[in-house]
Amino acid sequence: MDSVTPYRITPERLLDLFEKNRSELFANDPPDVHARREKALESFQKKGFPDKKLEDWRNTDLSESLNREYDYPLHRTEEDDQHKVFRCNIPHLDTAVIGQLNGWFVSKDVPLIELGNGIIIGSLAEAMNKYPGLVEKHLGNYASVEQSSFTALNTAFATDGTFIYIPDGVKSDKPVQLVNVIQHRENIFIQSRNLIVLGKNAQLTVVHCDDSYDHQPSFSNVVTEIVLDEGAFLDHYKLQNLNNDSTLISSTWFHLGKNASLESHFITLNGGMLRNNTFVKFNGSFGNANVYGLYLMDRQQHIDNNIFVDHASPDCMSNELFKGVLDEHASGVFNGHVLVERDAQRTNAYQNNRNILLTDSAKINSKPFLEIYNDDVKCSHGSSTGQLDPQAMFYLQQRGIGEENARMLLMYAFADEIVNKIAIEPLQHRIEDMVKKRLQGELQICEQCVLHCSTPEHPAEFKIDVSKI
Amino acid sequence: MLLKITNLHAAINGKEILKGINLDVNKGEVHAIMGPNGTGKSTLAAVIAGRDLFDVTQGEILYKRKNLMNLSVEERAREGIFIGFQYPVEIPGVSITNFMRTAVNEIRAYKGLDPLPAGEFLKMMEKKKKLVEITSDLTNRSVNEGFSGGEKKRNEIFQMAMLEPTLAILDETDSGLDIDALRVVANGVNKLRTPENAFVVITHYQRLLEYIIPDFVHILYEGRIVKSGGKELAIELEEKGYDWIKQQL
Repeated sequence: MDSVTPYRITPERLLDLFEKNRSELFANDPPDVHARREKALESFQKKGFPDKKLEDWRNTDLSESLNREYDYPLHRTEEDDQHKVFRCNIPHLDTAVIGQLNGWFVSKDVPLIELGNGIIIGSLAEAMNKYPGLVEKHLGNYASVEQSSFTALNTAFATDGTFIYIPDGVKSDKPVQLVNVIQHRENIFIQSRNLIVLGKNAQLTVVHCDDSYDHQPSFSNVVTEIVLDEGAFLDHYKLQNLNNDSTLISSTWFHLGKNASLESHFITLNGGMLRNNTFVKFNGSFGNANVYGLYLMDRQQHIDNNIFVDHASPDCMSNELFKGVLDEHASGVFNGHVLVERDAQRTNAYQNNRNILLTDSAKINSKPFLEIYNDDVKCSHGSSTGQLDPQAMFYLQQRGIGEENARMLLMYAFADEIVNKIAIEPLQHRIEDMVKKRLQGELQICEQCVLHCSTPEHPAEFKIDVSKI
Repeated sequence: MLLKITNLHAAINGKEILKGINLDVNKGEVHAIMGPNGTGKSTLAAVIAGRDLFDVTQGEILYKRKNLMNLSVEERAREGIFIGFQYPVEIPGVSITNFMRTAVNEIRAYKGLDPLPAGEFLKMMEKKKKLVEITSDLTNRSVNEGFSGGEKKRNEIFQMAMLEPTLAILDETDSGLDIDALRVVANGVNKLRTPENAFVVITHYQRLLEYIIPDFVHILYEGRIVKSGGKELAIELEEKGYDWIKQQL
């Protein structure tokens, strides 16, 4: 491993990097994937990084994150000796755990596995080798480089991440837990790419965790494309517990076919500068998408949930409920945009964002927005921001409950509406526990769904057995 | 003496509501406070509880010989003061069980006692539910959320039974109750009466006092107690109406 000198990540540096490494880095690309890469690079070249002049980024300022110096490894890093980091510890939850370290799929000796029932799971880089046709059909086909310059940048550069394929009619009987861990000796810039494909009537539960291992700053630009074919069902969880110096731009592109159904939960417990871009597109009629979010932020933390739901087909239902508690100097953004296209008759679309600000210096910018080109629709949007209810506080204290516990009970009750949406009971209990700890200020950075972090001085081990899915 | 209120004046936003209240309550006694709307009955309860909306401008409240003004809302509660609210607030997401366990254990901690083990706590809940004739699964629901008026009041009496206060102030617990619910509430109070505790029952009507027999009746009018007497005063008031009080002033 050669020594590294971190540098500022600028569009010029990136373009240079691309030119110098293209022949070697992208040699594996199926032709269509390569074409999309070139197009994406062009798009990023035109747009560059977003700044506050753009309406979509008006309240999220990345300049400080982008002014830091990072190491941007284009290959696996030396930490990935496949002997570090994690082990599942959600009590009673039997999951198949797969890991990513600094964006690279942790393969141990098996980078990709195909199970008897046709499920394929493993490294995206390896999938491009082994199943080029399958990858080519989907990769880059849903994430729009026009809509997001970070997605364009990722499409241009990313070479690895996780690939999951569930064939038609197959129901994965265990949740798949995908854990991204960041651990590096320098500040690190990461771009990883995930692709999840559900065939007709396929079913899958994915628990996708973003975690830090230590307090080193990082910048991650992660893109996940998830396609649900006709009648498919996905139960999706995103758990974020990153350190205060981490920047994460996480873009998730959901494409739903006819009768497909999505339950998605974005639970943000900690992080520095976080932006979740969530895109939902209904490509067929009678699709159904529930997108929930919970964020609990304090200190100088920033969370931006940007959700775009495209009702491109008739008879679909979308429902967004995002709730947040912001303490100290934390700031938040909720941008919900629902587009009902001309032919999307009988659309049902709901948006709701509710916030509690615990201090005068905490901030939220909430903008639910409906754009409707059809008159046979039911749509509503709402947003509320307030403090803890003083009457409820008095009631609890009058029963002998101290101020601190009374606040805790009320905040927990507020968060509970989202936690209650979690369908897997052991996971619900685990998240309940994490939310309580977070509200009490007792949640450790490295304490999340899979990491053993009681003794961080002893690196835990990767213990991955993909054969168990 | 359990409670001694002397020349109590209290104001909200500069407007004086209580204009010199004097009231003595001993252990084992039941006091009724009656009076027309807007005379300060609920304010009195809120000031005793420590609600910070009100400024005490004059006078003092001694409880167990302690000056209440030096105690926070929760400390007053842990010392045994309980308010049965006229309009109990709904708290979505907080179950009654969780709420009561937190309250019981905080009060125990204040007294230097260990938390009640979960099994014992549940047994205690069952016992108190019976005492106040709650048969439904009210306790598994969020505090007061979607409760009917009667259920809310019954829930207040249930909480009183759980917390076993020394001084319970019931603020118009009878308002909006049908006769069955009224009887249940009154039975709860009567069962919880001991020589060691005291009740202050705030009410508009004499009706509740047919079920909870007071030792003393006070008439509060324009921020002052203008008349005190035995239980017969309530009957007289019911017959003659509040105009009778106004004429006497």
